[in-house]
Amino acid sequence: MQNLIDNFFSYTITGLTIGAVYALVALGYTLVYGVLRLINFAHSEVFMYGTFGALWVVMLLGGKPGGSVGQVIFWVVMMFVAAMAMSGLIAVILERVAYRPLRKRNAPPLIALISAIGASFVLAELMGLRSRVAGWVGLDDTLREYVRNSRNNAGLPSIISPQPIFSVGGYNVTNVDLIVIIGAIAIMVVLDQFVKRSRLGRGIRAVAMDPEAAALMGVNRDRVIQVTFLVGGVMAGAAAVFYMLKIGITRYDAGFILGVKAFTAAVLGGIGNLRGALLGGFILGLAENYGSAVVGSQWKDVVAFVLLVLILLVRPTGLLGESLGKARA
Amino acid sequence: MSTSTGTAASTKQRRLGFKERVNNLPRAVKILLWVVFAVFLFMLPLLNIPFITTEGSDFGGVLFTVATYVLVALGLNIVVGYAGLLDLGYVGFYAIGAYTVGVLSAEHAKLSWVVVVPIAIVVAMVSGVVLGAPTLRVRGDYLAIVTLGFGEIVRLTLVNSEWLGASRGISDIPKPPGVELFEVPSIDWSSGAPVVDLDTTSTFLKFGITDFVPYYWLALGVIALVLLFDILVKSSRVGRAWEATREDEDAAELMGVPTFRFKLLAFALGAAIGGLSGALFATKAGFINPQSFELLLSILFIAAVVVGGAGNRWGVIVGAIVVAYFPERFREFADFRVLVFGLALMLLAIFRPQGLLPPRRTVRAKRADARQAVLEEGEASA
Repeated sequence: MQNLIDNFFSYTITGLTIGAVYALVALGYTLVYGVLRLINFAHSEVFMYGTFGALWVVMLLGGKPGGSVGQVIFWVVMMFVAAMAMSGLIAVILERVAYRPLRKRNAPPLIALISAIGASFVLAELMGLRSRVAGWVGLDDTLREYVRNSRNNAGLPSIISPQPIFSVGGYNVTNVDLIVIIGAIAIMVVLDQFVKRSRLGRGIRAVAMDPEAAALMGVNRDRVIQVTFLVGGVMAGAAAVFYMLKIGITRYDAGFILGVKAFTAAVLGGIGNLRGALLGGFILGLAENYGSAVVGSQWKDVVAFVLLVLILLVRPTGLLGESLGKARA
Repeated sequence: MSTSTGTAASTKQRRLGFKERVNNLPRAVKILLWVVFAVFLFMLPLLNIPFITTEGSDFGGVLFTVATYVLVALGLNIVVGYAGLLDLGYVGFYAIGAYTVGVLSAEHAKLSWVVVVPIAIVVAMVSGVVLGAPTLRVRGDYLAIVTLGFGEIVRLTLVNSEWLGASRGISDIPKPPGVELFEVPSIDWSSGAPVVDLDTTSTFLKFGITDFVPYYWLALGVIALVLLFDILVKSSRVGRAWEATREDEDAAELMGVPTFRFKLLAFALGAAIGGLSGALFATKAGFINPQSFELLLSILFIAAVVVGGAGNRWGVIVGAIVVAYFPERFREFADFRVLVFGLALMLLAIFRPQGLLPPRRTVRAKRADARQAVLEEGEASA
């Protein structure tokens, strides 16, 4: 307990940064759950591909530590572009291959989970076997740097060296922390406005509220679902960039545990609820870090899940309730 | 067969299904067939049938693994298939069963196997009630994440608790007491034709450390008992209450089914069977550590149940065999196993959305729908 009090701000800032990543990934779960009522189990892989997109673009552009401010901004912007494009693309393909054929056949919801689990294995393994995949298409020489040691950790050169900006209660808040927290909140505000105000956002809410009535009102359901996956993927791409800036290491199976946590965050806040995902992500990140300070870091995940169970007991639909459809414009 | 409805003509033309043809056999033939099938299953590891036998790994051990998956799938089928509760943390109960055996027979006490296994079942069942009592009030997908969390909590507790051996686990778990009754020879195919090989034998119920065939026999016996139990429960009032709860919880509640209690019962029974399979696993392995109980295992268990056809006990057995056996059989594709498995899951989902062997109810429901459609058409034209 003394440890927590002494380093309170340190734990708070770390909790908020990891919470921001959870929140952004949780948005993908929440959006898909809102319109399709199913757990997109493969969303964690969408996130993982984003981390590689961010990593590869930095390698391609020759990013290295100690660049000038202009260079760093350029690299970060390119990371966002690459990761969002990569994750968005994977999410759209996922919907096309794993979900749409099932929807056409009116499959029971449980089988969609199996399809998603299968897709998740395939995506993760393709990344884990990327050296072989490159070999098949005869590109293993050109892509050597990108595909070697495909089962091991791949590290991002620390293009932003963490530098203290200001200090709170003895903890130096670094530029990376600030970028992650402020960036995540900004992105979520944009998404919130998109869902609230744009035409497509209205379509998403309509389908979430009542798919049949929405179809009768002229909403193209397939298109809305595709856009939902795309938006969820882009959010995961943003999360992947923040993750790479903060943690800096990724691997073909990096998505799994993070996905579980992000889904927990989505449920915590109320699945199907965008603001709930934001709140759930930050709460989960904070609770995990405070909990690990009190009972030891090896119990971090236990704290997260116990918290989830406790909250569901008191509020069975999460903190803010399920309401993608009910969000007012 | 006489059908009085208007679909009689089409029924006659349709070829009799496999099940109907088997049902029409005389009783004596049916019993004989069952006996032959049972003997075949027991002899399977010794027959060494080409192509079916796994090359790289000991076939007895592989069959034992398949048998534990079958047991797990039967248990999980009660929860997912009968009661319709999505449990993503089933590995937790499996781990609890295994660790109860480990703790009571090796780590902290030296109780006999015969005493320990029933205790393991009870402990797993109690843990099922403890987890279910607060969480079964939340519905659907929330339950999935809560159980997922439970599985992870169990694993992390195992990793972090010194009393349970932390990450090194528990070793030297004693073997079950055996009796050496007779030796069963195996069959050698190396010359191209089956030859009885009297040198390579398995002793009936001698639980050694090199020959896994007796463990497979033990598991088969347990599966038979669990199957019998499953059939009895499913066809009783309890089974119908589960079906009603799964189809429409509110309607069931209004009809006077105490849905919460039946869901809890399903959870407890499923947990007990999960604990039993964990106990068997610990017995055979002789050594357990938290790595044997990864979250991924829960996912595989769920895949076994859904791939086979949730709600149909024969279906989930097939599903368990698919999920446990094929990755072992195709070890030569070592690197691509998971990739191929993932592809297979996706294809199955698209082409067999009800599972390999859909539960009978769906077929029945489809016929009811067809009759309904005929009736409605008739009214419209009249």
